[in-house]
Amino acid sequence: MATKLKPVDVAIVGVGLTGTIMAKELAESGLKVVGLERGHWRDTDPDFAMPYAHDELRFVGRHELMQDLSRETITFRNNAAETALPMRQLGSFRPGEGVGGAAVHWGGLTWRFLPWDFETRSRTLARYGKGQLAEDCTSQDWGVSYDELERHYDRFEYLYGISGKAGNLKGEIVPGGNPFEGPRSREYPTPPLKSAYAGALFKEAAEKMGYQPFPTPSAAISRAYTNEYGATINACVYCGYCQFFGCEMGAKASPQTAVLPNLMKQKNFELRTHANVARVNLDAAGTRAIGVTYVDSRGREFEQPAEMVLLCSYVLNNVRLMLLSGIGKPYDPAANTGVVGRNYAYQTPSSVTLFFEDRIFNQFMAAGGLGMAIDEFNGDNFDHSGLGFIGGGFFSAASSGARPIEVRPVPRGTPRWGAQWKQAVATYFNRSFPISIQGACQSYRGNYLDLDPTYRDAYGLPLLRMTFDRRANEHKMSLWLTDKAAQIAKAIGPSKMNVTPRTEKYTIVPYQSTHNTGGAIMGADPASSAVNRYLQSWAVPNVFVVGASAFPQNGGYNPTGTVWSATADSILEKLHRLCTRISGTGH
Amino acid sequence: MEKTSARRRFLKSVTAIGGAASFPVPTLAAEAHAQHGVRAPSQTYMYLTQPEVAFVEAAVARLIPADELGPGAKEAGVAYFIDRQLFGGWGTMAKMYRQGPWPEGTPQQGYQSPLTPQQVYRIGIGEVNAHCAKQYGNSFSALTAAQQDEVLRGLDGGKIELEAVRSQFFFNMLLANTLEGFFADPIYGGNRDKAGWKLVGFPGVAAVYTAHVEQHGVPYNAVPVSIQDIVESVAEVDEHGHPKHILLGRNDRGSSHGD
Repeated sequence: MATKLKPVDVAIVGVGLTGTIMAKELAESGLKVVGLERGHWRDTDPDFAMPYAHDELRFVGRHELMQDLSRETITFRNNAAETALPMRQLGSFRPGEGVGGAAVHWGGLTWRFLPWDFETRSRTLARYGKGQLAEDCTSQDWGVSYDELERHYDRFEYLYGISGKAGNLKGEIVPGGNPFEGPRSREYPTPPLKSAYAGALFKEAAEKMGYQPFPTPSAAISRAYTNEYGATINACVYCGYCQFFGCEMGAKASPQTAVLPNLMKQKNFELRTHANVARVNLDAAGTRAIGVTYVDSRGREFEQPAEMVLLCSYVLNNVRLMLLSGIGKPYDPAANTGVVGRNYAYQTPSSVTLFFEDRIFNQFMAAGGLGMAIDEFNGDNFDHSGLGFIGGGFFSAASSGARPIEVRPVPRGTPRWGAQWKQAVATYFNRSFPISIQGACQSYRGNYLDLDPTYRDAYGLPLLRMTFDRRANEHKMSLWLTDKAAQIAKAIGPSKMNVTPRTEKYTIVPYQSTHNTGGAIMGADPASSAVNRYLQSWAVPNVFVVGASAFPQNGGYNPTGTVWSATADSILEKLHRLCTRISGTGH
Repeated sequence: MEKTSARRRFLKSVTAIGGAASFPVPTLAAEAHAQHGVRAPSQTYMYLTQPEVAFVEAAVARLIPADELGPGAKEAGVAYFIDRQLFGGWGTMAKMYRQGPWPEGTPQQGYQSPLTPQQVYRIGIGEVNAHCAKQYGNSFSALTAAQQDEVLRGLDGGKIELEAVRSQFFFNMLLANTLEGFFADPIYGGNRDKAGWKLVGFPGVAAVYTAHVEQHGVPYNAVPVSIQDIVESVAEVDEHGHPKHILLGRNDRGSSHGD
């Protein structure tokens, strides 16, 4: 029997990257806000304290900061003809769990999407005609433009203290930055990180080939920075325990370092951890949310009435909660109708690893976002005529952390074990580095999310089912991009290279990226999107679905900058207006 | 443990780094053991039976053999590491989804065995030993190195078929755990004397690298530091708890750092 709690103005499900900013802004404006987080409280001290913070097995091998699959996972299949089976251990992607979400263990690469990314379909049709898009491709425009989002990107970068170099200041191209980025209103708040050897070699070779390399924008920041909330993010010390770890220095911008110190002082905000939301409760007509039901760590069930519900959980759980609660019509791929679960997409990463006999790289001196990149082959920055695909990705020579359980490249053809392997790993652990390609992924009719008919979570509720594979567009793109990267690699002069385009069937097993997108996409048309430009559910207008679940397809970048800017900050004004009206208070 | 003598031992362990190539392995292991004295961990197994320990020790000794480059997985305590992993949360799938049904699925769908890692090892070892008894008239650990390699190659690739668990599945788990045990912090019982880290030149718990990251191409020859070194105060730390790494010259065997 659920205990009914005192009503609040806003119930936020998930207290991570987006949940923290929504909570802070709405609570400060006078609304009563409750944050419901199914994991536990985490902070720099003591959760990421030395020396235990530098334990690769615990944080990478055993997923200390990530979702506990014993309670809830997803099921997966490559296509609708197969039977989906549960993802029993983490592999391809690593969602977070606990306060701060995946933004605790993120790598900190903080990109803006290209103006083109927000108008993928219309610009592709305009430049190349209909033949360029696969028949089953459902990629579409976002319903919002880069120009409209610019001030939100700017705000994120200044709140999180991002380190980087502008390449386009108000339309003027600035040497040393990314010349392909959309115009930005000002320089990054902190200068780029130092330059590691891998990036320096990449920069030199890329420049010789006529490309315009620039430092990767990073949330592990170059010098101490205090943001508008009075929170200080410290300077990165390049320890290399960054992505998949919490930062012991408080030098990686995250909800913990940038927002929570202020949020936890807000009188109108209450955080409840170990609160696992089972569903959003709707009124009898099913068109208005009246609150949420959650279960705590003692098995007690609570009903939290709220005027407004914000789903700020990870992509996959946002979509699952919509489906479990009956918010919006589930997508039917056969009829191509319905909206919830539509346009699930991912990413198409590939790489070239360079091996040397006599150069030492010290790749363990690192930060998640440390590296040099080029953007010549991203989005529509190059002519796709005759290539048979759309999209691209940035290339980077990153020094993001080489720890030997996960990162110990050996040249292709080396045995997987035995004396020869041992010799190779001893030689190349410190004499190799990768050029990585963050390939985009388009959306397709057969790639979608729905509820699994068989498997259930620990509470007896259906798991989310993922049906996904990359298509010819992604495979052709990956081959083409990886070949371009191999040409740069060759110019650097390694003794050996592993060139690894992504052309095989998608598999849930090896780690690729925690960049899942879609399923509750934004758009201008209720027939082809689950939420409007303000991430407001078309079907239940006092439910907002925040995060990368709103991306209609994925770009060739890490998504976090766009998640925060396009899906969280940019809807706040609308929320303020609505909240005032709904609660009739103005507090 | 008395702090200064522990610190002296830590500094002395430096000799094991650059000098690895010049010592025969048993001498090296014995010497490292002597240097670390009471720090040699207990070898009491919690999950694996003695015959299973013999199997795992023999197998990991082939996967990462001891040779002129230094100790292998067996000397690094990887069997002990695996035992502790099996006994703990990982071995019982504490953070993994365990509900059925359990069809085998496609390779793209990953781990679909109803067996926990504990059970995979117990069943896998039993079946491989049965195969060895039939094929060679002896258990795996009693075979010659060449025969052991033949068996491992048969498992890796699925040429030797097992009944209750797919041979490739068992082999992949064994290999992955061996690599983990060789390279994980020694706190877990493997990577003894930081043998894995020394092999590849990984410094373990990181220092502040701000001053080094731009020294392009310059070897960073640090004495590796473990979590235990810091907890027991045998490695010096800065105000944030980062160790102050001791750097050796390119060909320095570190003898000058001894007492």
